[in-house]
Amino acid sequence: MNEIILTLFNGVSLGSILLLIALGLAITFGLMNVINMAHGELIMIGAYITYVIQNIFINYAPPEYFDLYFIISIPVALIVAASIGMLLEVSLIRHLYKRPLDSLLATWGVGLILQQTARSIFGAPNVGVTSPSFLSGGLELGSLILPYSRLFILGLSIICLISIYIYFFRTASGRRVRAVMQNRQMAECLGVSTRKVDMLTFAIGSGFAGVAGCALTLLGAIGPTIGTSYIIDAFMVVVVGGVGALFGAVSGAFGIGILNTVFEYVTNATLGKVLIFIVIIAFLQWRPSGLVMSRSRSLD
Amino acid sequence: MQNTIYQKIWSQRVILNLIFLLLLAAPLFLSDFRLNLLGKFLAFAILAIGLDLLWGYTGVLSLGHGIFFGLGAYCMAMYLKLEATGGGLPDFMAWSGMSELPLIWIPFQYPIVAIILGILLPAIIAFMLGYLTFRNRISGVYFTILSQALVLVVVTLFVGSQNLTGGSSGLTNFNTFFGFSVNSATTQTAFYIITVIVLGLVFFLSRKLVKGRFGKILVGIRDGENRMRFLGYSPSAYKTFIYTLSAAIAGLAGMLFVLQVGIISPTMIGIIPSIEMVLWVALGGRGTLIGPVIGAVLVNAAKTGFSESYPDIWTYFLGLLFVLVVVFLPKGITGLFEKWNDRRKKQDVSSSVEVEKSYS
Repeated sequence: MNEIILTLFNGVSLGSILLLIALGLAITFGLMNVINMAHGELIMIGAYITYVIQNIFINYAPPEYFDLYFIISIPVALIVAASIGMLLEVSLIRHLYKRPLDSLLATWGVGLILQQTARSIFGAPNVGVTSPSFLSGGLELGSLILPYSRLFILGLSIICLISIYIYFFRTASGRRVRAVMQNRQMAECLGVSTRKVDMLTFAIGSGFAGVAGCALTLLGAIGPTIGTSYIIDAFMVVVVGGVGALFGAVSGAFGIGILNTVFEYVTNATLGKVLIFIVIIAFLQWRPSGLVMSRSRSLD
Repeated sequence: MQNTIYQKIWSQRVILNLIFLLLLAAPLFLSDFRLNLLGKFLAFAILAIGLDLLWGYTGVLSLGHGIFFGLGAYCMAMYLKLEATGGGLPDFMAWSGMSELPLIWIPFQYPIVAIILGILLPAIIAFMLGYLTFRNRISGVYFTILSQALVLVVVTLFVGSQNLTGGSSGLTNFNTFFGFSVNSATTQTAFYIITVIVLGLVFFLSRKLVKGRFGKILVGIRDGENRMRFLGYSPSAYKTFIYTLSAAIAGLAGMLFVLQVGIISPTMIGIIPSIEMVLWVALGGRGTLIGPVIGAVLVNAAKTGFSESYPDIWTYFLGLLFVLVVVFLPKGITGLFEKWNDRRKKQDVSSSVEVEKSYS
């Protein structure tokens, strides 16, 4: 019984990480049909920012304030990743909106460069980030111990989800984003500056990648390829969940997270990956455009 | 007018034949080492042609061709491995405590079966994935992501089943092929010649394919899938077919690769090699057949030159190349040639107009 609960908890935990990563992807993909292959590298940037801030605290701050580094690094990672994302959008992706496959390749090139830059600066081996003391240990439920770090990530992803929801559905700026998602030309005619919306949304999506990177430092050592290990799963979340709907991303993330952990528990890590891929292909037979489809009459 | 078209075709054909003959004659003036490298590049070029049929002509981008290449390569490598052990157990199996040959290795004792499977296996996997996705009109970036996930799955599987595939170190240490020593210079030259001939054949057949009605349908699907559907064609059938064909070509290329390079491991077929293959096609020029060949040879020659001495700079360069080619050179190198040709032609026209003017 305990093992089953623990497996489920690990599944939910993986799901929350995937959700954190996929939220950003779902936004950029849903809005502009751009697959940002450099998203994984934005995660990496978030993780390294946490590492750098930790080192600054070790060297310059009094030890009793050490735990604060993590609280500070979340907004910093958000802002830095968002600005890099905005830079990427303005300098490159903007020119490739009509060619989604090409933007995929170009952003992959950017990702490669970012990865190599990280390797040059921080070295190829993984570096460790010490978790803040308030996140070490775990919540004891009977004989079960649920690590605080994983609970924290779950909480963080829920906070991110809620803030995206509020932004999309309760603010004027979010309404404009939804309008552009639904019908770009019509929104343009009604005076929405799609340029600004694209730029802003891409920055938001990238910012979430930074936050995700920050959270990943709680789970283990970080290296230049930390993003790539999660990014394909996150893409699958977007494919399964459907584009442009938060509910799709949530159910996709937790679905894949839980199934993945369960399969790996029942078989082994290798077969688990194969099984989940087969399940996804089978699922797409039933729902080709994802769990939540945005209906429209437009053809390509 | 008629005359110039004839001239153009004739000259193209002459140039292609010259290149082919030059490649065939390469053993006469290249050292064994360079010949081996060129042979490897040409094996990649075969794959690039297949990938271009899929991407350049049909508009379906696959980031998973490394897997098909790898399946072909592993099929051949399994045969070579068994040949090297003389029917006994390969060393890595003995290390992981197996006592008899596993069932899936048994067919690979026979070279003919291995060669057939090396083409058939990638084709079957591509057919299954293609059929199940294209049928549901999953296309564009969705398909691309799924094809990349396939790479992840297969590579994890290959690394994970240490006792069947040799794990992350892959398969190497081969001895003989049909009884000929793999490492002798003569056999390697023979492999090179076979590679050139296969490349020529693949090129010629692909040219036949795309020049005809079939090729026009593919381009139609690329440029307006729904219109083709409304005209009564079944884009999913065509896409599945071309995906399968392209995977089979990749398998063929993989077999030729392993014969010349003598090793295959999961890192050679993973996500990064798979996406590099796309770069060959993009740089050379998608939608032409000679482009991918040029791209594959150029990128790999640059890689061999660069990455040995400066691996860091090579990665930067590779990333930059992706960005530059996509933004500034979407038609690749052959696109540059075309532009240059057009400009020359325009000059011809304008000069002839001037001549007419001066006469009138």
